[in-house]
Amino acid sequence: MKHPVSLTVNGVKQTAEVEPRLLLVHFLRDTLGLTGTNVGCDTSQCGACTVMIDGLAVKSCTVLAVQADGTKVMTIEGLATNGKLHPVQQAFWDKHGLQCGFCTPGMIMTACDLIEHNPNPSEADVRHGIEGTLCRCTGYQNIVAAVQEAAARMKA
Amino acid sequence: MASRIFGSAIKRREDPRLVTGQAKYTDDFVLPGMVYMSVVRSPYAHARIRRIDTKKAAAMPGVLGVFTGQQMKDAGFGPIPCAWVVPGSDTKTPPYPPIAIDTVRYVGNAVAIIIAGDRYQARDAVDAVDVDYEPLAVTVDAFRATQKGEPQLHGDVPDNICFHWKVSGGDVESAFKSADVVVKDHIINQRLIPNAMEPRAALAQYASAAGEITLWSTTQNPHIARFLLSLDTGTPEHKIRVIAPEVGGGFGSKIPHYPEDSMAVFASKMVNRPVKWTESRSENYRSTIHGRDHIQDVELAAKKDGTIVGLRAKVWANLGAYLSTASTGIPTILHGLMLSGVYKIPNIHEDVYGVFTNTTPVDAYRGAGRPEATFIVERLVDLLARELKMDPVDLRRKNLIPPFTDGYTVATGLVYDTGNYEGALNKALAIADYPKLRTQQKEMLAKGQYMGIGLCTYAEICGLGPSQVAGAVGFGGGLWESAIVRFHPSGKVNVMVGISPHGQGEETTFAQIVASELGVGVDDVEITHGDTDQTPMGWGTYGSRSTAVGSGALMGAIGKIKEKARLVTAHLLEAAPDDIDYADGKFFVKGSPDKFKTIQDVALMANVAWNMPKGVEPGLEASSFFDPPNFVYPFGAHIAVVQVDAETGEIALKRYIAVDDCGRVINPMIVEGQIHGGIAQGVGQALWEGAVYDDQGQLLTGSMMDYAVPKAEFFPKFELAMTETPTSVNPLGVKGIGETGTIASTPAVYNAVADALAPLGVKTINMPLTPERVWRAIREARR
Repeated sequence: MKHPVSLTVNGVKQTAEVEPRLLLVHFLRDTLGLTGTNVGCDTSQCGACTVMIDGLAVKSCTVLAVQADGTKVMTIEGLATNGKLHPVQQAFWDKHGLQCGFCTPGMIMTACDLIEHNPNPSEADVRHGIEGTLCRCTGYQNIVAAVQEAAARMKA
Repeated sequence: MASRIFGSAIKRREDPRLVTGQAKYTDDFVLPGMVYMSVVRSPYAHARIRRIDTKKAAAMPGVLGVFTGQQMKDAGFGPIPCAWVVPGSDTKTPPYPPIAIDTVRYVGNAVAIIIAGDRYQARDAVDAVDVDYEPLAVTVDAFRATQKGEPQLHGDVPDNICFHWKVSGGDVESAFKSADVVVKDHIINQRLIPNAMEPRAALAQYASAAGEITLWSTTQNPHIARFLLSLDTGTPEHKIRVIAPEVGGGFGSKIPHYPEDSMAVFASKMVNRPVKWTESRSENYRSTIHGRDHIQDVELAAKKDGTIVGLRAKVWANLGAYLSTASTGIPTILHGLMLSGVYKIPNIHEDVYGVFTNTTPVDAYRGAGRPEATFIVERLVDLLARELKMDPVDLRRKNLIPPFTDGYTVATGLVYDTGNYEGALNKALAIADYPKLRTQQKEMLAKGQYMGIGLCTYAEICGLGPSQVAGAVGFGGGLWESAIVRFHPSGKVNVMVGISPHGQGEETTFAQIVASELGVGVDDVEITHGDTDQTPMGWGTYGSRSTAVGSGALMGAIGKIKEKARLVTAHLLEAAPDDIDYADGKFFVKGSPDKFKTIQDVALMANVAWNMPKGVEPGLEASSFFDPPNFVYPFGAHIAVVQVDAETGEIALKRYIAVDDCGRVINPMIVEGQIHGGIAQGVGQALWEGAVYDDQGQLLTGSMMDYAVPKAEFFPKFELAMTETPTSVNPLGVKGIGETGTIASTPAVYNAVADALAPLGVKTINMPLTPERVWRAIREARR
């Protein structure tokens, strides 16, 4: 049996009938075609699927689409405004905070949440704050630099 | 050369699509009529298949088909080929059916496939396939599997020994006899799971009318994928197109031609629809190749003064249940030949046994053979220093190969291209402030705190490689590269290359090369890769070869463009071609620099072709192939500083200093990024990562909950520096940098921990150096 859901994704109202077991990440990717959010594991470790739900970073592989009913979801596709990169996106680019890019959407959403809650994070704060998102390419060094750079720019 | 572009840290041109979510990985593609594939996998490590009942699964909602190995075979699909058979080793290559037909040999071995309308339906039906297994005895350890009475995996492979390969240089027996001191170790270079963040995926479309296959695949080498796919699908190469779209990391695990690629093609043929398969992470842990897994008995012989005279090793290399694409070359050619490291070791001998076990196939994982060699050498050198009560730096200095620019032949027969090992070591020691670290260590020890300092001086073989050598060592392909440079009338440039980067940033570095060589803007150049229909043949991205070999092809094409531009300019300026010179994007008359044509002028004139010199074809496009005369040998010195809590066994990595030399640097930001990532993976092996099987062949580290992929918190800020010793192997003097961090950091960190534990009497300890192991080792030593 399918359930109706209605949620706002990147500012656009979406309604659909979904299976109760449908994961939010598959709703975003397969139903809405928003493939920027990636799936890197099946145990909620990697964080590649992280999106914002009502302003909080959440692993969308751990949320059912029906649970997101009535929420406001933001994915990586919704971050840039009017063709201008969000400061966190820009900092990841400037600081070489990505290589293969697969963890990047989730890492950027995580970073947005981190900066929102700690506008002036130390290196240790950033390393701790992004521990729920795994990156295999960068050794994290430039990700940490990017998050600190973004925080500094957003304060300015 | 416009140095402002070559050698500068310009931002990556790949990134805008990646930071906005616009990049398209294989799983992101949707084709009209597309359906999904799920794989039924064996829960047993070794079993006979008595019967497969697919009826219930076939009746599940949305299911379009359930297929077995026998059906795939009947449809003309052959076994998965192994592309590397090392000569002189009696390698046995038992058949590797993409879907098991009568016997499963590892947990995760495919036994059937489901095709259904969506991901969920396909996954549901997997559980409805009823397979009747007759469990067989299991063997998982590479040494034990060779012993009498152990279960046999393949009928024609006695004692599960796939091959016995040897490398010998000098006279190792005499060297050991005449030595003053011999140090030994028994090393478990444990099995690792590569963990590219993007799991594998395959999207196959079989067009029956034309008999054509299109495969979107998470591959590091689409041209090899096409070649091997043609062998087992029976479809010729010109009817196959392999596309590697955005690929989310590989680290070697996306080199092989995998069963699922063929299964997706087969399924597409059977249901006449495009078929997509995407691996789950738990599936990835069982069905994507693993790395390393050596058992090593090693010894080093030396004189009293520390002069090394010989190295001897016996290695059991676990190959898993079947031979993956490059599996046999990794523990032999890419391993044994590097046992001299950066040292003058006149006598070397190694025996390598490649062994089948009931485990996931093992193949190339970042470093691929070289980490397993470097660890042996660097571990033994440290043990020797301790035995002789010498500082490990002094012992290294005594044995380092002196600086050379014109080739150095080691006992295994390799000719290193260029090196200045002591230069890198000195720089690393200076950054670390080594004497101060040693003082600090003494002070801390006096307070009962255990600090350790570990070194690794390394060289590695990469930039694979001369094709003639590839053939001589049994690799079933070439190792050259190709590039096409195409100028449009506007002066903008398309470049098509055979390499297939997936995070390494060659869209940027190659554009930098074109820009600095030809005087166009970096943004005027577009690099296309990863599509067999759009790019010239090339052998792909692995073995740190893309820039080292690929740039040679690019430079060849650039040279041809310059030559043609010179002819066109001479004609337009009514000068003799020999009187035309080139600098900074301008072709000018020698002695009259104001009489010139820019490359953009030439591109326009050559493309409109209104006034071409006699006998010169229109257009401004060139193609080139480059086969390097040798491998390249980057090198460096890494230093790790750790602190061990003797009460809990916890290790804190306090500092990590890396000095690397990859010849000339095109983009320092990208080079540093490669080193950072490599270090993280190598430290991961030393401290946290390890795939563990129980004696029934069940993978105990079967998900990211159980296998420790390192997190950001685990690392300090790495301290990097470079030295620059160009190679003459390629036109730009560049060496590979993709694997150095992984190769150097495992022994550096291990040696640091061993150094910290030495006062506690701990002699050897297996990786990963988890707190529990360290704690137990300390307790054991105290008894």
